[in-house]
Amino acid sequence: MLLIPCPYCGEREETEFHHGGEAHIERPQDPDALSDAEWANYIFMRTNPKGLFHERWVHAAGCRRWFNMARNTATNAIIGTYKIGEKPPKGAR
Amino acid sequence: MSQINRLAHGGRIDRSKPLHFTFNGQAMRGYAGDTLASALIANGVRLVGRSFKYHRPRGIMAAGAEEANALVQLESGRRTLANQQATRIELYEGLSATSINCWPGPNFDLMAVNSWFHRLMPAGFYYKTFMWPAAAWKYYEHFIRRAAGLGVSPKLPDPDQYDQMNVHCDVLVVGGGAAGLAAALAAGRTGARVILADEQAELGGQLLGEQAEINGKPASHWLAAGESELAGLADVTVLKRTTVFGYYDHNFAGMLETRTAKLPNGGATTRQRLWHVRAKRVVIAAGALERPLIFSDNDRPGVMLAGAVRTYLNRYGVRAGSNAVVFTNNDDAYRTAIALKDAGVKGVCVIDTRLAPHGELPTQALQAGIAVIDNSTITGVTGKRRVQSVEVMTLNADASGVIGPARTFPCDLVATSGGWNPVIHLHSHAGGKATFDEARGLFIAADTLQASACIGAANGEFQLNDCLKDGFRAGRDAAAKAGFKKASRRKLPTAAVVDEAPARIIWALPTTKPIGQRGKHFLDLQHDVTVADVQLAAREGYRSVEHTKRYTTLGMATDQGKTGNIPGMAVLAQALGVANPGDVGTTTFRPPYTPVTLGAFAGRNVGPLADPVRMTPMHHWHELAGCKWEDVGQWKRPWYYPKDGESMADAVNRECLAARNAVALLDASTLGKIDIQGPDAAEFLNRIYTNAWSGLAIGRCRYGLMLKEDGMVFDDGVTTRLGENHFLMTTTTGNAAAVLGWLEEWLQTEWPELKVYCNSVTEAWATLTLCGPNARHLLAEFTDDMDLSADAFPFMSMQEGTVGDIPARVFRISFTGESSFEVNVPASYGLALWTQLFNAGEKYGLTPYGTEAMHVLRAEKGYIIVGQETDGTVIPQDLGMQWILSKKKDFLGRRSFARPDSARGDRKQLVGLLTGDPDMVLEEGAQIVAENRNNPPIPMIGHVTSSYYSANLGRSIALALVSSGRDRVGDTVYIPMPGKVISAEVTTPVFIDPQGERLHG
Ligand SMILES: [Zn+2]
Repeated sequence: MLLIPCPYCGEREETEFHHGGEAHIERPQDPDALSDAEWANYIFMRTNPKGLFHERWVHAAGCRRWFNMARNTATNAIIGTYKIGEKPPKGAR
Repeated sequence: MSQINRLAHGGRIDRSKPLHFTFNGQAMRGYAGDTLASALIANGVRLVGRSFKYHRPRGIMAAGAEEANALVQLESGRRTLANQQATRIELYEGLSATSINCWPGPNFDLMAVNSWFHRLMPAGFYYKTFMWPAAAWKYYEHFIRRAAGLGVSPKLPDPDQYDQMNVHCDVLVVGGGAAGLAAALAAGRTGARVILADEQAELGGQLLGEQAEINGKPASHWLAAGESELAGLADVTVLKRTTVFGYYDHNFAGMLETRTAKLPNGGATTRQRLWHVRAKRVVIAAGALERPLIFSDNDRPGVMLAGAVRTYLNRYGVRAGSNAVVFTNNDDAYRTAIALKDAGVKGVCVIDTRLAPHGELPTQALQAGIAVIDNSTITGVTGKRRVQSVEVMTLNADASGVIGPARTFPCDLVATSGGWNPVIHLHSHAGGKATFDEARGLFIAADTLQASACIGAANGEFQLNDCLKDGFRAGRDAAAKAGFKKASRRKLPTAAVVDEAPARIIWALPTTKPIGQRGKHFLDLQHDVTVADVQLAAREGYRSVEHTKRYTTLGMATDQGKTGNIPGMAVLAQALGVANPGDVGTTTFRPPYTPVTLGAFAGRNVGPLADPVRMTPMHHWHELAGCKWEDVGQWKRPWYYPKDGESMADAVNRECLAARNAVALLDASTLGKIDIQGPDAAEFLNRIYTNAWSGLAIGRCRYGLMLKEDGMVFDDGVTTRLGENHFLMTTTTGNAAAVLGWLEEWLQTEWPELKVYCNSVTEAWATLTLCGPNARHLLAEFTDDMDLSADAFPFMSMQEGTVGDIPARVFRISFTGESSFEVNVPASYGLALWTQLFNAGEKYGLTPYGTEAMHVLRAEKGYIIVGQETDGTVIPQDLGMQWILSKKKDFLGRRSFARPDSARGDRKQLVGLLTGDPDMVLEEGAQIVAENRNNPPIPMIGHVTSSYYSANLGRSIALALVSSGRDRVGDTVYIPMPGKVISAEVTTPVFIDPQGERLHG
């Protein structure tokens, strides 16, 4: 079970959080300008890397804030967490 | 029975405290400090059960967690525990245990017939037999369950309590043997918060079973001093009878503490406690497990691990036999030979696979007059229920076969040792890697993902002196890394170093015939997996150890192959021609290390505490009215209110008729309510909902539909504008939390520029829905500050005022198609208003109605329920709801309507169904076909989503999703059911008041 450093609350048990999938996927400004394939890519397609991964979490049973986490999917090492809108920390780009 | 195998003195048992117990109904005695296993051996019990597949007689083979044979059913009735290892049960007064895996008893087992048919039960027997035909499983299952008979689970609730602890510590030390105790001392002395957990009743680990010395004195002196020092350290917690069963990411460990060894415990305390530990550092000092030598018929009762035999002598004062042969490939087992000889066991000799063993211990054995037969192996065992003799022959040059004359050694005990395996299970649980040490034939912990270290025997250090040194170093190191650096100048304890010669690793020992043709070479005693089974799997093409495990079931039993896995892997490697067993892969150990009772996982969260129950403010009124409950998520909602002797159908019909002909009252407090405020609230709703919100007037309500980005319906509900920047959103009962989460997610992650704030107010309000032609008359008696006329208070509007002198928000919204008033009052007034309405309502025919009537009434109007008419694959167009899709703005999910699948012409569409027989109520979920013919396959064109008897219509109605359904209106479709085919006409989904006259009236 992960020990997750919420950027607002500090380290908390994983059971307080919900995982929100891959981070840094922006909703297209003009969906109609996208081809069906591009739109499908936005909705459905996610990377599934072994190693560094940027993902979204929400502190659902805590402050209810969304944030981003850089995690190594092979080791579950957390390289860092950062607020929505911020860039990943050094060593996690 | 008397304790015929009990030594007159010695051991750590207390001969002044005799204990009575029964095994298979037979009365026996043991002493405090015994395990059930040691007491059984003391009483001369050799046969404790039968094996899983062949039902071969089996005896105790180990003294700890690696025991594969001696599984018992402990106690009976409510507290009974199945498949308990006799080696891990502390003896207590009155204990009662029985054998499993045998019927009627271990001495006469009807299922032993399986062993006559062993040629018919090769590796993969279960797969091969039961894969095909599938229908045959019905026949075989009964046989398998009976034959397997792995214990009995209790039929009644467990009367005992279990609890849980959540703790943090600086250093968690796993195992209280020499290395672990040293580590705990070293870490504890720095002031770090230390937890030392050990699975046994006493600290000491392997030391308890050895005649070892530390600082020139018996090791027990050092153990006692160490334990008493730990007891004096305020931040050190010593937990005995506590197994660290799992090790997880970020140094999280699960531990099971047995708080009372005795059953029943009289309710004095919790029986077991589950500990969740988050440690800064973990020191794994879990010791080592001995592995057996794999020779022909190595499963016979009396064939035991050499270390276990020594433990029974030294710790429990029992000898496991009176005439013993030690069979080894290493020096350590000579300790057993010497101890047996000292205990007066006759004929002790050592069969050694090595040529001319010359180490310190073999020399001592020779000097003690113990015969050593070198370069030899056991080729056969006689005696089925008890070893009677072994046949011994000389190994040939490459140990692939045997030569020379066979010699026979009479004996009733064979103590075998194939070397020791470090217990790296926990290291592996948490993602640690292992490397194979070819010379010693064992896996050593390598890279770890955690802040942890394996030390002592768990790291392949088998010299006591090394374990002590390793322990003190690791304890200091762990504490320092956790921030505690206090130096200690104490002199470290030492033990004599014994020079041990290398082992000779021969994984499967030859006999006079090819393996499998004379006796059985067992790898996995609990699941009856043999060397021949693994060799067969290799011939059949299995290459990976993980696949081979599943195919042969090697290591898949409750002991998880603690003794058999590594020899099994080595045998697989040999069969595949792979030189290094490490190259066929290590099997990943998985939690739990030893089984954990479900009661411990549940803890106090049982019975009423298993799941929170949410009750509306009017709950107790419903209860007194005798309603039947429906669970909706965690909410209790009245389902229907049966009057004396009424059936469910009668009650629901009565409630439905009252709602359309008089007035009925629903407790709708469970609907999700989200208060949305902020200058951008209307813009936010424009993006979240499919329709437009900017133009909604204050005091007006609007129905909204929410989609996910894939265009599928996610939720619906009515939202009301309370002010320029203030909305009240309602959601379905079950989706309330998900919708709030959805709103927060978009606001925080995608549209942080919007100034909008959301707050759940579901529990702040009681919601009372008055429905029916008399609703207005009844409500008028309770308010004088609101004009309830249709003109002043039209459908889809809201007024604030007082109802029964209570401040209220009244909404004219309807989920039944009748003229309705949804009265919201602060939750604490809900019961008062509800009661007042009933006091005044009789003259209007006021009737309470529940969720079932609500469902019927809304289906009569064709109103959908999200999750019933939708299932995550339904877009608004399928529901005939194009009218709610704005063309003037973007909203979540809109772009997906243009996806080819959304634009498909043959999508399932919402329609009504009227059965040919008006009394026939279809089953929800039933499949629909277009043709009534008797030669399947017949393409399915849809399914029934809702189906009820409608008292208002005097017939059944149903809603369905049917491919191109709107084009089929007027067609007849068919619903095949067991024994009959039901015909139905496709209709539009609105059965009552299609013009909405009642609604607006
Ligand atoms: Zn937080």
